[in-house]
Amino acid sequence: MMKFSLPLNSRVVKGKNWAADENSSNVRKFNIYRWDPDTPDQPRVDSYEVDMDNCGPMLLHALIKIKDEIDQTLTFRRSCREGICGSCAMNINGTNTLACTLNMSDLPAGDVDIYPLPHMQVVKDLVPDMTHFYAQYASIEPWIKTQSPPPPDKERLQSPEDRKKLDGLYECILCACCSTSCPSYWWNGERYLGPAILLQSYRWLVDSRDESAGERLNDLNDPYRLFRCDTILNCTRVCPKGLNPAKTIVDIKKLLLEREI
Amino acid sequence: MKYRSPLSVARGLGSSNDGLGHWWVQRLTALGLVPLVLWFVVSIISLSGQNHQQVVVWMQSPHHSILLGLFLVTGLYHANLGLQAIFEDYIQARWLQLSARIGASFAAILLGFTGVFSLIGLAFGG
Repeated sequence: MMKFSLPLNSRVVKGKNWAADENSSNVRKFNIYRWDPDTPDQPRVDSYEVDMDNCGPMLLHALIKIKDEIDQTLTFRRSCREGICGSCAMNINGTNTLACTLNMSDLPAGDVDIYPLPHMQVVKDLVPDMTHFYAQYASIEPWIKTQSPPPPDKERLQSPEDRKKLDGLYECILCACCSTSCPSYWWNGERYLGPAILLQSYRWLVDSRDESAGERLNDLNDPYRLFRCDTILNCTRVCPKGLNPAKTIVDIKKLLLEREI
Repeated sequence: MKYRSPLSVARGLGSSNDGLGHWWVQRLTALGLVPLVLWFVVSIISLSGQNHQQVVVWMQSPHHSILLGLFLVTGLYHANLGLQAIFEDYIQARWLQLSARIGASFAAILLGFTGVFSLIGLAFGG
C-alpha cells in the first residue's frame, strides 16, 4: 500500500532542447511536457526556443508554430482558437487555462512551462483522457426533463427574468480547467462530480422550463458527489470564461437546505 | 472495470441521499462555537494565577459548568465532523479511511462522556 516513489510514468525527465535560429533576436523558451504511449520512454520536458518576432500573440499560436516549424510530433488538442470549444485547455505556468485566449504578453517574462491538465490520465503529450469527465457530465442528464408535453404550436416559453438566471451558467464550455484545478477532484474524482459538472447541474436546476429539480437534487445529495467541495475556490480563480462554479455549488447546497427546513 | 461503460463507472452505486446533514450541522456547530470559544478563552485568561481550589470553585458554578459542557460537546462534535471530512478527502485506502473515521467518532464520544461526567461530578459531588 505504501509507495515511496512515483511510478515511472509520473517521473518526468529532462528532454531535448530545440535551439532557435541564430538570426532570431526575440527568443522565448517553451518547456513542454511530452509523453508518447507508443514508446517505453518516461515522460520528458522538451524545450523549444521560438522566434517571437514571427509568432502570433496567443499561446496557441506558439504551440502551432512549434508543431508546424520545429517538431511535428508535438500533440495537443485545439479547434476553434477563440475560447468556445474548450479543446486547448492545459496547464500553463502552473495555471489551467485555454491556450487560445491566453495572450503571451500577459505572462511574466521568461520561460513558459506547459503541461497537460493536472491529475488526468495522459493520452499523449498535452492531451488528457476526458472519458470520465464526459461520463460524469452525461450522468447528470444535462437536458430538459419534463412531464408536461410541449405546447403543440410553439416552444416552451421562458420569461426574460428566468432566462437571466442562466447567465453565468450557459457560458460554460466544459474545458475542465476548473475541475482539474480542484484538489477535491484530484483526490476523489471518481466520485466527486467536480465544479464543472456541478455548475452544469445547477444550470438545469434553475431552468424554469425543467420539471425535475427534485430528482436532480436527490442525485446530488451525496457526501462524495457534491459535498466534497471545500470551497477552495481554485475553480473560480482559473475559469477562462470568468464564471463562478464555487458559487453555484453553494447555491446547490442552499437549494438542498431549502427543501429540508 | 475494463468492460464497464464510462457512464456506469460515473454513476457508480448512485446517490446516498445523505450529506446535507453533515454539512449543515458542521456550520451550525461552527456558529455556536464562536461565542463559546471567546467565552472559554476569556475565562482561561481570567483564571490565570489562581490555585486549584479556586478553579474548582469556579467550575462548580452552574453557569460555568453548563457553558463548559456546551463548549466541550459542541467542540468535540464539530471536531469529529471536520475529521470525518478530512479522512474522506485524503485517505484513499478504504479500510484505513473507515478505521480512522470510526476511531475519531469513538474518541470524540469517549472524551465527551468523560468530560461531561467530570463536570457533573464537580458540580454535584464537589
